[in-house]
Amino acid sequence: MDKLPEIILQISTYFVSAGIILATLRMIKGPTMADRVIALDTFTVISISLIVLIACLAGRVIFLDVGMVYAILSFIGVVAVARYIEGGL
Amino acid sequence: MQWNTLFGSILTLSGSIFLFLGALGVYRMPDVYNRMQAGTKATTLGTMLTLLGIGICHYEWLGQIFILIMFIALTNPISSHALARAAHFKGIPLTEKSVTDKLKEDETAPEAK
Repeated sequence: MDKLPEIILQISTYFVSAGIILATLRMIKGPTMADRVIALDTFTVISISLIVLIACLAGRVIFLDVGMVYAILSFIGVVAVARYIEGGL
Repeated sequence: MQWNTLFGSILTLSGSIFLFLGALGVYRMPDVYNRMQAGTKATTLGTMLTLLGIGICHYEWLGQIFILIMFIALTNPISSHALARAAHFKGIPLTEKSVTDKLKEDETAPEAK
């Protein structure tokens, strides 16, 4: 009973990993380029949650900074690819 | 057992279920725009719930986690909007089950005013 929160956090890690696998399958299968970019956006947003979950399970605060930088880079990348698809870059 | 840790972990579990359902929608939906709907809204809510649950587990991390939540709530709709606009102007078609397309109607309508 004392280790119940840790077990719940591990179960949520499994759910998040299954979501990352589904987004990766769509990124491989996607018929157009926009599908792949949407799957990449979903992948990065789910990965931020996985990084913060790993930071909680490992007990190290430095992974939060890693998640912050990852969020900034993924936003800039998705906006750049969207401008490229539209033809303005 | 500390009750804040249990409450935060249950909040994290509900957020991770939202994240899984959003990724399932990205995999299963028939269209670019439907995939974007599933993959943006559900993952925004799921990420906010997950980060808030971990912030309740660890009180001393709550400032950084609040900054991360605000950043995701601000930037995720912007990237989704840029992608939807790019997909529409590229000419990617809607699925056959779609009923209406207001942006195309506005573009092809005669100049009323």
